[in-house]
Amino acid sequence: MTELRLTDMQAGQTGKVTRVHGGHGFRRRLEALGMRPGMKVTKVSGQIMRGPIVVKIGNTQIAIGFGMAYRVFVEV
Amino acid sequence: MIKKILLIGNPNVGKSVIFSRLTGVRVIASNYPGTTVEFCRGCIGSGAEKIDVVDVPGTYSLDPTSPAERVAVAMLDRAVEAKDSIAVNVLDATNLERNLNLTLQLLKKDIPVIVALNLWDEAKHIGITIDVNTLEKTLGVPIVATVAITGEGIKELVNRLGDAAKGEYSYDNDERWHEVGRIVDRVQSIKHKHHTVGERLGDLTIHPWTGIPIAFVILFLLFFVIRFIGEGLIAYITEPFFGNIWAPLIMQVSRVIGPGNLLHKIIIGELIDGAIDFQQSFGILTTGLYVPIGAVLPYIFAFYLVLSILEDTGYLPRLAVLLDNTLHIIGLHGMAIVPMFLAAGCNVPGVLATRILETKRERFIAATLMSISIPCVAQTAMITGLLGKYGARGLFPVFATLIVVWLVAGNILRLLVKGESPEIFTEIPPYRLPHLMTLIKKVWMRIHWFLHEAVPFVLLGVFAVNILYALGVITWLGNITGPITTRLLGLPLKAVGALLIGFFRKDIAVGMLAPLGLTLKQLIIASVVLTMYFPCIATFVVLLKELGIVDMFKAAFVMISSALIVGGLLNVIL
Repeated sequence: MTELRLTDMQAGQTGKVTRVHGGHGFRRRLEALGMRPGMKVTKVSGQIMRGPIVVKIGNTQIAIGFGMAYRVFVEV
Repeated sequence: MIKKILLIGNPNVGKSVIFSRLTGVRVIASNYPGTTVEFCRGCIGSGAEKIDVVDVPGTYSLDPTSPAERVAVAMLDRAVEAKDSIAVNVLDATNLERNLNLTLQLLKKDIPVIVALNLWDEAKHIGITIDVNTLEKTLGVPIVATVAITGEGIKELVNRLGDAAKGEYSYDNDERWHEVGRIVDRVQSIKHKHHTVGERLGDLTIHPWTGIPIAFVILFLLFFVIRFIGEGLIAYITEPFFGNIWAPLIMQVSRVIGPGNLLHKIIIGELIDGAIDFQQSFGILTTGLYVPIGAVLPYIFAFYLVLSILEDTGYLPRLAVLLDNTLHIIGLHGMAIVPMFLAAGCNVPGVLATRILETKRERFIAATLMSISIPCVAQTAMITGLLGKYGARGLFPVFATLIVVWLVAGNILRLLVKGESPEIFTEIPPYRLPHLMTLIKKVWMRIHWFLHEAVPFVLLGVFAVNILYALGVITWLGNITGPITTRLLGLPLKAVGALLIGFFRKDIAVGMLAPLGLTLKQLIIASVVLTMYFPCIATFVVLLKELGIVDMFKAAFVMISSALIVGGLLNVIL
């Protein structure tokens, strides 16, 4: 088990969210779209040059800016 | 006694479609989160039993994190206080867990709730079964499965509105996600299905190495289809109408009024060689009607048809992801490519499409930038006609300059304009096949909007131009701006007339350059400056409407100063 940032995951890799760095508001915003500790996320794609990351959580795909994704940690 | 129904739910679950179904009021619904950013009102029933229905912006939770969510929560709180409302909680059956989070929060509020389990067909399709009875018993509120887009379940929803109840589900707020998990485990079963071909294709459109080439193909097709439909409608419908039916009619009016007096000038305008020229006559009933109805409307139709298809399939959020980085250069995010691209057809729908962007800063940058550096198709065609005989030597400097201006001016605006440009954080909905009737209604709604909101402004503009001409204001302006134009831009004084007409219509203005006998250098400078210095009147009124008067002044300052700088530089370099 290793913990890494959402931005460091490979496309197609699945992991479990461990923690989200940031203020209360930021965590709540991510949580509302299902990105919270314990949730299984699969990285669908990452754009080149620090572009947005697309992940799949449950039946939803979410696009998240690189800066935001950098603050999300997952266990793979 | 119920007086009001609030439609509450996550973004992109179909609230606006249910709203339209309940009230018959047409509102825009699209397949991406955040279509409804302001609430919308309608009513159901009649007479004493009339009940208000409110389409509330989508929200993921009752702890608001964005302005649109704050609107939603404030509206709910007011309804709770008034004690005369019920909440119809619209759920996306394919995402029960995330949606129930809001439902549980809603159940803590002192308001009767009924749940519409929408997208029921899609849930079934992807192998999700939800035990509605158990869910109903667990939450203690009525639950109706619906497919809003086809109307399935809407009747039952209406019949059971009276059963709406305050939920009896109690839980500890800190344990909410656990509670949601427990409920989902109990009522939902998922039959695992393998990736369908559609999903695989869908994934290809969001991977950088496959998605970017696909995006280029789609964007090219989009532009091509818009031009094809727009030009087709003009050539086969509006031109024949104005030429064969409207012109003879207006000639009758002209004879009655008698050419030469001011009334004739305002209503019909100048007769060119004794006949009406819809592009040059300048009267309200001639050019004033021809420009919006004859020339712009076909493109409005084509534009909205294509945009609506793009919206309803769900491709827009994917395009936004792919082009996010590129658009950051000019201080915008990916979504901005759509208004930019459409501005190349006509700046009017281009400016309207900036509504896709969330913040004021982004809308200002996008609208200003497209006004400066993206000529509409009509103008592009005229420039090509004017400079085409010189080949690449004539055309390349014009369009290369405009592309450089787009990048440089965009970058400068990014640095100068204050305000927020949030990072992209959005749900990407599954691809959906557009529903034909919904699509037709939506396109019609938008055309209706254009006819009601934009056309009167255009007519007013034509009226104003005539009055200003009659008062000599425009000639006077020509005289004082003349020296600047000749010295700074190296254009002859005769070109000032075209620049003045450019305020009204860019294509006519470019056409006016042809008989002036300008050199290639002067033609290039005039074409670039005509594109940049100010929007045409149709774009101007839409800009004014979308930006407000203060930001319009700022935008106008950027336009005029950048046109003079670039025009002056070209005069020195070429």
